[in-house]
Amino acid sequence: MDWIALLILIIQCFVIALGVTTAFAYLTLFERRLLARFQNRIGPNRAGPNGFLQPVADAVKLFFKEDVVPSAANRAVYLLAPAMAVIPAIIIWAVIPFGCLDIRGNWQACFEPQATTPLQNILQVAEINIGVLYLLAVTSIGVYGITLAGWASNNKYSMLGGIRSAAHLVSYELALACAVLAVVMTYGTFSTHQIVVAQAGLWGIVPQFLAFVIFMIAATAEVVRLPFDLVEAEQELVGGYNTEYGSMKFALFFMTEYIKLIAVSAIAVIFFMGGWRFPGLYTLGAGVENLAGPMAASIAVGLASLGAFLLKLVAFLFLSVWIRASWPRMRYDRLMDLGWKWLLPLALLNIVYTAVAFVLIPNETLASFVLLALGVLTLVIAMGINRVPKPVDNVTYVKDLKEMG
Amino acid sequence: MLANYAFIGIFFVAAVSFPLAPLVLAFLLRPKRPTPIKQSTYECGLEAMGDMRMQFKVQYYLYALAFVIFDIEVVLLYPWAVAFNQLGLYGFTAATVFLLMLFAGLVYEWRKGALEWV
Repeated sequence: MDWIALLILIIQCFVIALGVTTAFAYLTLFERRLLARFQNRIGPNRAGPNGFLQPVADAVKLFFKEDVVPSAANRAVYLLAPAMAVIPAIIIWAVIPFGCLDIRGNWQACFEPQATTPLQNILQVAEINIGVLYLLAVTSIGVYGITLAGWASNNKYSMLGGIRSAAHLVSYELALACAVLAVVMTYGTFSTHQIVVAQAGLWGIVPQFLAFVIFMIAATAEVVRLPFDLVEAEQELVGGYNTEYGSMKFALFFMTEYIKLIAVSAIAVIFFMGGWRFPGLYTLGAGVENLAGPMAASIAVGLASLGAFLLKLVAFLFLSVWIRASWPRMRYDRLMDLGWKWLLPLALLNIVYTAVAFVLIPNETLASFVLLALGVLTLVIAMGINRVPKPVDNVTYVKDLKEMG
Repeated sequence: MLANYAFIGIFFVAAVSFPLAPLVLAFLLRPKRPTPIKQSTYECGLEAMGDMRMQFKVQYYLYALAFVIFDIEVVLLYPWAVAFNQLGLYGFTAATVFLLMLFAGLVYEWRKGALEWV
């Protein structure tokens, strides 16, 4: 390995880390503006044009905030916990392919399952053959930061939040791992790049529709977003595990949550939405190569694939803000029931479906559609069994109250 | 191939430096005027009562125990999942038996009431 390659790699690492942290800053603005729209408000729009400088203003405020460490806290663990939370959230991004830009101009290698020449993709830090295992392992480490923060603060609210997070996060991790297992079965590889390459015909959502639904629910729970944010339920626990945190340490927890949200959305795009692929990408590469040579084709494919990936990512982030704006918080027993009695059996069933379909049906496309039908059918049946009693209609409730006087 | 793991190492350095830089900067910029009242534990604005490390429901612990068992079983399935297309009917049968055992474990816990939140 020569020095130029090493320099490119170091620049690439820092650019991706910077990009992720910037994306976090602007995701907060994106979410606040969107939530405001959902609630018929305007949202932050004073700092800069359309509130564009709001994240900067927030950061400046946090920099000048006094940092109060409670005297009762276990100091070492208290200081270490934010770092233990945020570092796994960032290193998830090492194996995520943002696109495919070969710096040697060998753009066809992006589309070959077994590339004859090694691919030099600068839009992915590390293409390792156990990428999926790496993703699962790193997301699991994240639970330590939250639980230890809750324990070390030595505060009742934090403690409750920490204990809740320990049980909650491990429960949904199981369903998540089972859903991902079925995806690995479908494509027969652990490499994130190869999974994207394998989605040439059908996107992963077709054979793995059931896994997609389970993944989306479990992933929302893993990043403790609103229908599942028992860990930091403001109305019950003040702030949950981060009650005693302030200033930049609080910002690190905030950053963890949002970077993980972007990361699970990116993972959903890679597994189920074809990653950086879109129909016509290969034709685009071939066309540009005819006009301007392989290097230009490589750059065109790289930029187009990066654009497609980011567009899909933003669509998923929009969806998650929409979910946050639409659903109330769950009760803790219902949360555990959903994880253990619904998602886990459904995910196991999905593994069986996938195995049976691919062993019995030799034609892969046919098997994919059979799996789609089975998945939809299973979901419909499951929703039929799990019928929640209808909430009391507001109008009749008010009428009853009036009759009672 | 092994070099790719070194890339993750370099990325790890970047991942550590990005949260560390604002922490150091904030340490230099912020005011430091601690008082005992400020540093007391927060609890509704009153003085904190009793022990903070209180008892908690045993259910939290039960879920964690159940998780350890199931997670190991799921991890054991991963090597099969990546190669199950080449293993054919023999691998399929073996894994189905294993999956049935996994499922039986879940049903057992369910029936025993370990998954109930009481």
